[in-house]
Amino acid sequence: MKTTAQARAPKHARKKLSKLARREELQGYLFILPWLIGLFGITLFPMLFSLYGSFTDYDVTSRMNFIGIDNYARMFADDPLFWKSLYNTLYYVALMVPLTTIGSVLLALMLNEKIAGMRVFRTIYYLPAVLSGVGVYFLWIQLLNPSTGLINTMLGWAGIPGPAWLSDPMWTKPAIIMMKLWSVGGGMLLYLASLQGVPSQLYESAKLDGASAFRRFWHITLPMISPVIFFDVVTSFIGGFQIFQEGYVMTDSGNGGPMGSLLFYNLYMWNQAFGLFNMGYAMAMAWVLFVIVLVLTLINLRMSKRWVYYEGGDD
Amino acid sequence: MGRPALSSTGKRKSGEPIDAYNVPVRKRRMKPREVFLFVLLSVGSLLFLLPLWWMISTSLKSPQEIAQYPPTFIPNEFHFENYMHTWQAAPFTLYAFNTLMLAFFAVVGNVLMNSFIAYGFARIAFRGKRFWFSVLLATMMIPGFVTLIPQYVLFSKLHLVGTYYPLIIPQFLGSAFYIFMLRQFYMGIPKELTEAAKIDGANHLYIWARIVIPLSKPALAAIAVFAFNGAWNDFLGPLLYVNDEVLYTLQIGLQSFRGSVQTQWNYLMAGSVIVLLPVIILFFLFQKYFIEGMNLTAGTKG
Repeated sequence: MKTTAQARAPKHARKKLSKLARREELQGYLFILPWLIGLFGITLFPMLFSLYGSFTDYDVTSRMNFIGIDNYARMFADDPLFWKSLYNTLYYVALMVPLTTIGSVLLALMLNEKIAGMRVFRTIYYLPAVLSGVGVYFLWIQLLNPSTGLINTMLGWAGIPGPAWLSDPMWTKPAIIMMKLWSVGGGMLLYLASLQGVPSQLYESAKLDGASAFRRFWHITLPMISPVIFFDVVTSFIGGFQIFQEGYVMTDSGNGGPMGSLLFYNLYMWNQAFGLFNMGYAMAMAWVLFVIVLVLTLINLRMSKRWVYYEGGDD
Repeated sequence: MGRPALSSTGKRKSGEPIDAYNVPVRKRRMKPREVFLFVLLSVGSLLFLLPLWWMISTSLKSPQEIAQYPPTFIPNEFHFENYMHTWQAAPFTLYAFNTLMLAFFAVVGNVLMNSFIAYGFARIAFRGKRFWFSVLLATMMIPGFVTLIPQYVLFSKLHLVGTYYPLIIPQFLGSAFYIFMLRQFYMGIPKELTEAAKIDGANHLYIWARIVIPLSKPALAAIAVFAFNGAWNDFLGPLLYVNDEVLYTLQIGLQSFRGSVQTQWNYLMAGSVIVLLPVIILFFLFQKYFIEGMNLTAGTKG
């Protein structure tokens, strides 16, 4: 902001910019124009449309009658599947976010040590994180096969009888979370980059003061990487609420798996919108999701002030 | 996300990310603690690689051997013809071509437009910039599924459902996260580098194309790699907008392939290998840029 419009022209001239500043301003808007088009065209306008649509019985083709809060009322009072899908999603997010965060921090701490073969280790642990999509889901269906799958075979070596995973409603969601843990490498790399930014003098002086390894971790490492932890938690939180494909691909094209245990919120919304063409209802669901994610993100932001440490003050 | 991100008081300039791989390893005897760590990491590596081995090994087995209990880690017989059968059972060549085309547009759109938009936010003074930038940050918190249905309605009213346009157009309208990332990067480029050109009367388009783009090649390469990977793995987009088999991508093709081979897991695993192998090769070729991207992300938070 070294050359804001005001800096160029004094107070009263706010409206009348110099020719140069006007050209500058025009170019500024020209540069962000593509994003502005996207913002209004494929984000804000569609969202407003869906807000209106959520109060109608819209079905894409012709019907669009205003029905007030019927969709919302039905959702909360009269739709057990809505609650089921919300429960499944919250269950998934509540377990997945802490597990992947702790997993990737621990992995990053180990991979930050200076020992032989570190480059190779980092490559191996990161590799699964770049793989995703249907191929990975098929692979995991195979790995999770109760009798001939890799996972139960290995549990068998340890004398543990493995569960039926994707066919046992109790174990479907843990199975999906386990699959997610395979790709903690992405978060690991993020933490690794931030661990390497922690100045080594901090550790040296703490060592001189006789601080134990745990105390050094707790009082130096953790605060120094806390902004990245916070970023990772917020994004994987929002990402967690997007879960859809796992439920769709791993359960015979979206029937929700055994006893609807993999009927995630978005999957149910998808079925309402594109299976039953209850667009109005699905739009109401989308708005409820938006509000839930927004409120939880704001709580996250609010709580972050207590534990996230920003070097150079809280700007 | 908002506040910390805006400060640029990191330990290092975002323009010079730390090489996560640059570990000086001295030749010396390992301490017991290090031996323990080495063993632990080795076992963990095996666990992380086993699923991939399982996929390859299953893809080479006969159906009888797959059903066999206990399962074998190395196939008794190697049925390489499984791959040929898979490739012939579904038009994978067509799927691959379609996917490559979409990935091409995703790469071009993301690299070009995100850089363009980020330049505007980083280097040009205009009224309302702060406001629009905070809007940009706020949009990162909107889950994709919230706009999914009305976007579908929009594209269906424009009669574009069933074409690639709904998948290509958004790639050219900027992605909040990449814009944010590049903006932080561009703020770190010293002013002197662009100021001289400005005095000579160069406009911003020239400075962006001739000075800033060449300086940000590694960052743009990272975005290219992520955009390619994203387009290659995209399932939801094609699932929603593509219904003609001629336009199927690898992800959708593989999913529908499952319907035609049912429980023949050797073929399904061969198909999965076919779809995942290019990404694995890409990873080993451009690993540097995958890591660069992660460093940039971490850099924006420091």
